[in-house]
Amino acid sequence: MKRRVPLAMVFIVSLFMVIQYFVPLDSLAWMYQYLLDWTIIIGVFALLLGIWSLWHVSYGKIKQRAENWQYSIVTLAGLFIMIISGFIPGWGNLNNYVYEHLFYYVLVPIQATMFSLLAFFISSAAFRAFRARSILASLLLFAGLVIMLRFVPMGPVSTVVADLAGWILRVPNMAAKRAIIIGIGLGAMATAFKIMFGIERSYLGRD
Amino acid sequence: MKDRLKLVVFLTVIAFIIQATVAFAQSEGETADSVISEQPVTPPPKPVIVSGEDIPNDNGHKLKLNWEYPAEWNDSIVRFEIYRADSPDGDFRRLGEAAGGIFSYLDIGSKKKDDPNYMPNDQNLYYRVDAVSKSGVTVQSEIGGPFQTSGQWFHKGKVPVLIGVVLFAIFTIYFIRSARKGKDLYIRPLAGIEAVDEAIGRATEMGKPILYVLGIGGASDIATIASFTILGRVAKKVAEYQTALTVPCYDPIVMSVAQDVVRSAYLEAGRPDQYSDDLVFFVTNAQFAYVAGINGIMVRDLPATNFYLGYFAAESLILAETGNSIGAIQIAGTDQITQIPFFVVACDYTLIGEELYAASAYLGRDPLLLGALKAEDWGKAIAMVLIIVGVLATAFGWDAFREFLRVNL
Repeated sequence: MKRRVPLAMVFIVSLFMVIQYFVPLDSLAWMYQYLLDWTIIIGVFALLLGIWSLWHVSYGKIKQRAENWQYSIVTLAGLFIMIISGFIPGWGNLNNYVYEHLFYYVLVPIQATMFSLLAFFISSAAFRAFRARSILASLLLFAGLVIMLRFVPMGPVSTVVADLAGWILRVPNMAAKRAIIIGIGLGAMATAFKIMFGIERSYLGRD
Repeated sequence: MKDRLKLVVFLTVIAFIIQATVAFAQSEGETADSVISEQPVTPPPKPVIVSGEDIPNDNGHKLKLNWEYPAEWNDSIVRFEIYRADSPDGDFRRLGEAAGGIFSYLDIGSKKKDDPNYMPNDQNLYYRVDAVSKSGVTVQSEIGGPFQTSGQWFHKGKVPVLIGVVLFAIFTIYFIRSARKGKDLYIRPLAGIEAVDEAIGRATEMGKPILYVLGIGGASDIATIASFTILGRVAKKVAEYQTALTVPCYDPIVMSVAQDVVRSAYLEAGRPDQYSDDLVFFVTNAQFAYVAGINGIMVRDLPATNFYLGYFAAESLILAETGNSIGAIQIAGTDQITQIPFFVVACDYTLIGEELYAASAYLGRDPLLLGALKAEDWGKAIAMVLIIVGVLATAFGWDAFREFLRVNL
């Protein structure tokens, strides 16, 4: 029973989703939107679970004086300062001074900093990938070089490079991408069938 | 000398008089012209509503209105204003406008009865189009209608999709039945999957933890669901080998499901006492804060094996390069095409696209899962045949084949 009820629910909802894709009726569109709204509602409640989990793990580390426990203090401090600054009575809403300053002048720059690291990581990854150790790696190096010369800030070095880069992107690159996309589409459909018919049930746990 | 000067003055005076006379005559003519131009302006002709087409394959509430207008007046018309009412003598409500030179308007009504823009299905609707000229003159068309909208029970534009789904379902059922009967189904080995046990063994030998990252997808993403399955297998092995496992999560729902998956795996391995909810924990649902959190875990705990399986975006390379820098063996898999090259470069093994979805069948060797996997292979074979036939059909101008497969969403 503990298994059958969730599997039956999954089957019914999956079947509904398949039907509503092919049947454009008002009532089904309404039901579809209703279900999507519920996922948002569940997500909001699940966030409380997430906060509890973060608190539990971080507090446990502090209490046990686990290795690097000091970082957990910073984590919890960040969590509570942001929550409190958003809820302080009299400050109205999330547009209050403290919350906005913490968001725009602390959180956003830190996230931008993390993102900017990507540029350096791309360089180091490209350095490793473009070593001409075999014929295939040499081809990769050549293709990468042509594409880079096409998109450097000074513009395409020559029309030959521009044409060659365009061909690489339009033909071999596009063919490979489409092959992967077709595979992903079929794989997604197979996974959907497996879940719908209860063949794939690992997401339910294995009691 | 004096005579010459007199002559010059005389000629100048004559020239001035002639110039003044001509200028006066011209100004008189302009005045006359302006009097002529003040004649009454001819009003623009009325637009003629010719049709109101119900949009097919939808839930109704949409109608395309077409009208005609004399071409020679196109430059004089600024816009057409469109009005709708539920009876010819009813209250016409302004819907919107179309620029001059455009002779159709898509009326997208509301299906909610309390909405002012409510547009009922299967009821008569009447339209009026007003042409507004540059001089500000507005001319109303005759009332057009009655027109009706209606909802359809089936989206005919999606017939090829339905055929594909039904065919795929038949394949899946057939191969599952074959697998149940004990038929040996060959599947191509995947290096990334075969390396899973090796990677867990390595971490066990080194006495270091295993980091499993589910990505930034939600619990409803197919990639995340596939990752749950692999997590279950990995967690079971980890529990058997008594190795440490860390699963930092981006989404609270994903965390909740992952906790259940790992708990069940530990139970199945006969090590429920080793499970703790702290193995699978929430970090944050801010993308780069999540990356910072995981990178911190990597640098501090130095895991021997990193799994990145699920939905990834820009954070993929930051994670994989950090993992690479600490010397961890890395197995990645995602269905995000733009991130696959990053994983290929920075990880030891990468599951590309649908290989991630197929991983559960490879790991479990369950006949049911293998049957579904075989159906997928047949689906790919059919897709390849259709592509070749489609290319040939298009090359030889056989449009019927292309039109048959066209999906009109």
